[in-house]
Amino acid sequence: MSKVIDYASALPPLPAPDYLHDGTGLRSWLLTVDHKRIAVLYMISLTFFFMVGGIAALLIRLQLLSPNSTLMEAETYNRMFTTHGVIMVFFFLVPSIPAVIGNFIVPLQVGARDMAFPRINLLSWYLYVIGGLITLYAIISGGVDTGWTFYTPYSSLYANSKVVPTVIGIFISGFSSILTGLNFVVTIHTMRAPGLTWGRLPLMLWSLYATSIIFILGTPVIAITLALVGVERVFHLGIFDPKMGGDPVLFQHLFWFYSHPAVYIMILPSMGVVSDIIACFSRKRIFGYGFVAASSIAIAVLSFLVWGHHMFVAGESVYSAMIFSFLSFFVAIPSAIKVFNWTATLYRGSISFETPMLYALGFIGLFTMGGLTGLMLATLAVDVHVHDTYFIIAHFHYIMVGGAVMGYLGAIHYWWPKITGKMYPDIWGRVSAFIIFIGFNLTFFPQFILGYLGMPRRYYTYPEEFQMLNVFSTAGASILGVGYLMPLVYLLWSLKYGKPAGPNPWGATTLEWKVSSPPPKHNFASIPLVTEEAYDYTKEPTNAA
Amino acid sequence: MPHSNHPTRNPHLAEQFETLAQQREAGTLGMWIFLATEVMFFGGLFTAYAVYRHRMPQGFQLASGEYLKETWGSINTAVLLGSSLSVALAVHAAQHGMRKLLVWLLAITLLLGGAFLLIKAHEYQLEYHEGVIPTLRFTYDGPHANEVFVFMSFYFTLTGLHALHMLIGLALWLVMLIRAWRGHFSAAYYAPIEIMGLYWHFVDIIWIFLFPLLYLVR
Amino acid sequence: MNTSLQLIPDQASTTAARTDALFLFILAVSVFFTLLIAGLVIYFSLRYRRKSPDERPKPILGSLKLELAWTFLPLALVMIMFSWGAIIFFSNSRPPADAMEIYVIGKQWMWKFQHPEGPREINTLHVPVNRPVKLLMTSEDVIHDLFIPAFRIKHDVVPGRMLTQWFTATKVGEYHLFCSQYCGMQHANMNGKVIVMEEADYQKWLTGAETGSSAADAGEKLFLKYGCALCHSSRAPTMAGLFASTVKLADGSTVKADESYLRQSILQPRAQVVAGYSADLMPSFAGQLSEEQIMQLLAYIKSQKEVAATSQAANNSQKEGDSPSQAVSNSQKEGDSPSQAVSNSQKEGDSPSQAVSNSQKEGASPSQSVVKSQKEVASPSPAVSKSQKEVAATSPAATGNESP
Repeated sequence: MSKVIDYASALPPLPAPDYLHDGTGLRSWLLTVDHKRIAVLYMISLTFFFMVGGIAALLIRLQLLSPNSTLMEAETYNRMFTTHGVIMVFFFLVPSIPAVIGNFIVPLQVGARDMAFPRINLLSWYLYVIGGLITLYAIISGGVDTGWTFYTPYSSLYANSKVVPTVIGIFISGFSSILTGLNFVVTIHTMRAPGLTWGRLPLMLWSLYATSIIFILGTPVIAITLALVGVERVFHLGIFDPKMGGDPVLFQHLFWFYSHPAVYIMILPSMGVVSDIIACFSRKRIFGYGFVAASSIAIAVLSFLVWGHHMFVAGESVYSAMIFSFLSFFVAIPSAIKVFNWTATLYRGSISFETPMLYALGFIGLFTMGGLTGLMLATLAVDVHVHDTYFIIAHFHYIMVGGAVMGYLGAIHYWWPKITGKMYPDIWGRVSAFIIFIGFNLTFFPQFILGYLGMPRRYYTYPEEFQMLNVFSTAGASILGVGYLMPLVYLLWSLKYGKPAGPNPWGATTLEWKVSSPPPKHNFASIPLVTEEAYDYTKEPTNAA
Repeated sequence: MPHSNHPTRNPHLAEQFETLAQQREAGTLGMWIFLATEVMFFGGLFTAYAVYRHRMPQGFQLASGEYLKETWGSINTAVLLGSSLSVALAVHAAQHGMRKLLVWLLAITLLLGGAFLLIKAHEYQLEYHEGVIPTLRFTYDGPHANEVFVFMSFYFTLTGLHALHMLIGLALWLVMLIRAWRGHFSAAYYAPIEIMGLYWHFVDIIWIFLFPLLYLVR
Repeated sequence: MNTSLQLIPDQASTTAARTDALFLFILAVSVFFTLLIAGLVIYFSLRYRRKSPDERPKPILGSLKLELAWTFLPLALVMIMFSWGAIIFFSNSRPPADAMEIYVIGKQWMWKFQHPEGPREINTLHVPVNRPVKLLMTSEDVIHDLFIPAFRIKHDVVPGRMLTQWFTATKVGEYHLFCSQYCGMQHANMNGKVIVMEEADYQKWLTGAETGSSAADAGEKLFLKYGCALCHSSRAPTMAGLFASTVKLADGSTVKADESYLRQSILQPRAQVVAGYSADLMPSFAGQLSEEQIMQLLAYIKSQKEVAATSQAANNSQKEGDSPSQAVSNSQKEGDSPSQAVSNSQKEGDSPSQAVSNSQKEGASPSQSVVKSQKEVASPSPAVSKSQKEVAATSPAATGNESP
């Protein structure tokens, strides 16, 4: 179906320009309140921060190539892993899918013309950028060496680095997350198109809703906690200083009360993406839709009850350790439910293997491994041994990179035709998905073994017997780096040379595929009426390409 | 875009909404969610406060009893409750399109809020002279000096943050006052007043927690 | 490059094998489910791959039976993991009553160990095989973490608190000892080794390594030096039989006189006052005593537990004890200086944190030299005692540089 006919059917009689061409010039972008343009702004800025964090990661791996490497001094190395952690966690992973894909997709999927609060939406991008720039300033002007966890009293009294600007940057960008979450919840609650009941919501929206709950309830706690670290450093209030009678471990409680749920901020949106993609590319309704939707909410709620499992060896009482261990195992259940339901969805489907599907299937495998190794960490006696070793590093990279980044890339490849109106060369997409999968496993699997052997994290130099596994890991990281560069190249290429995508290249059913690609400025000429369940693939889609 | 220049569209209805009712619902829900965020924000501080209150009972009692002005605190509580009352009445006035009454009530709110901040500033000034402001001027070196220091740190952090919320609230009330003066609100469109009211009551409630926690340590 | 690939570290403690068994159980469950999921995904992908673009598979809404199965089966499995892990953890949390006690102090960036019989070491810990060892740990600055992979034990070392962990080594040998909680610049070099020795060798090492008085004797000296004995005989409670007894407090509650209570009573005497005594009598010793000295005082107070029965005789021997330990006091004083220097630099650092961090920067290279000289210490038994002394001699010099 040609583009002309499509415009005519969607928007008679005016061929309104799509959102990319509705206004040109820098001003029309920097002052836009269009959720789609804000999503593009986020995508550009997030890509920048991902590259900063990625370069730091590569340098870390290069340093660890040999046990007594002279590439970096201890001081430089400590700044490097802190840069990697702070940038990747606070400026890439936490905002990633919600800010880029969520901003683009939420109003389209609920059938609304924009977010409930478009100006607040733009404000949240500015807060993100300002927070990011302040943090970058801190990193460039001297660096910060506390680790992304900012444990007191090291961060509040001893660290000789730019802790204060860094926490200010994170504090500010935290409000960006809060406002994004607020916008999502209000939009999903009050702006659903007629007929789009809660039971008909795409699972992507369920996960973003669950994510938003964590944004709203968790982010303020980290904001106030990091603010206290900054205030303590500047004014020396004594709150975390043992010499003043303060308690450094209180910081860990407050920190993990947010930062454990934050792990689910990173993974929940990916779970939504994977649900949408698997349904689309196996042309089937997600098996056990209700269970998958409910498990997202269950994860969000449970995530607030398990923070203490980061402190099994930090001096908390034996009994509270047991309670936190017990509760932690319950988070495993909703995650397991999701994995089983995705697998069951494939049963008797009609499965095709375009790039997004490869990412989704890769996600299932890697997330399963990440989740199962999480069981080992929830188990008290085992955690005592592997806590703060490379085992932890491997585990959370399986969740955050194997899970969240795979989900993010899957989402980018799935919605790229909708965002830009162009198709990328699918063969290159498949090749890069494959390279990323291989590179990822080679990077992080050896780290499980390293960790169990006892190599502690945040070491710039290590005993010689750990070298071989570190060499594997560094080799994997370079493959992974190539894998990440490839999409950057062919996606940019597609902007100019890509074939027009048409409104619905994948034959998907959710509402965003019912408007043209790229969508017009206000999405829908008239608010759509929803009459079918989510992922109803029984009929031929009306305007498949 | 047919909807944006629809002839009968209310000028106060934003483009993304279909009806005023939907817009009001979104605004109200948005404020409630924002307040949930605020609860967690203050909740982190209250938790930290509770932990130290438990660890340092003597120093906290001593500092609270010696240096916090219970009388001024009580007066301020009354002032703030009064402003909450005027806000509640203002929302009522807005609902019924009583412009003049609305303007008066908002003016009273601004006045009471301002009075609260002045009294608070006066207390801070007294504490400055007594030398119990951590870092700025802390001369106390009697028993439990460390604990008094930590208590005063909490006191200034908590009341300072609350005062900041008051300031933001007063600035927004001023905007509302001007808009009401110009006749922006009517029985059909009064959501901003209602939503600001939610915020103001919340700031009030925070104080209702702060006052006994800080001033009435026994 | 070392090319031999080891998958499981040495099992050198009673806990190690138990932890590994549990780990392998969870690993087996994990491998099973990973293969199950991967197998199903691959099988379904091949079996149900799209054969024609018009395929419209029948929707399958779900199955309550399956949902319940994959909710409760995993739940049962993880509850086994939880219980198993909790049982080991719980039993590991209670050191045997007869455990030998070693005091541990973590500071940027070294580990100090004090054996009950006197020897002190830095970054190397000698222990006898098959004897429970309890580590009483605290930190002088930031949070550290003492991790011995071969023993499968690890615990944070937190400033302002006395935390414990214990182990019984089962295999003679040398094992890594790491700081596993990030603690600043030379975190990666805050490591050393545990040397597990046969009991006889250990005793030989002990006598050879005797460089100072025992912890309790050092504590007794402090007890006299700071004038504690003046009051803690009449106006304040005596130390005889105090440790591990139940103390009645002024507010009517009771508390067990364990390490953390005694520690708090030294640093914040007014916090928990014993019933019948004045609250204002005792000054706080916070800032005056280093962590090491507090540990020595605790060791002394504990040693008074046994003396309780024959308190009169004990009093006498205490007095007699004064003069002979004079000789020791010199070496003791030397030993104190580094830690005092540290606490000084910390005091200065209190107002602007900058000062502390400056001293840290300077401290970097000396601590590296310590690590180096530590390596020389590695060779076991008799030779150790000599080089051990060298270490003891170099360390004050090394750490002395830290004060700005």
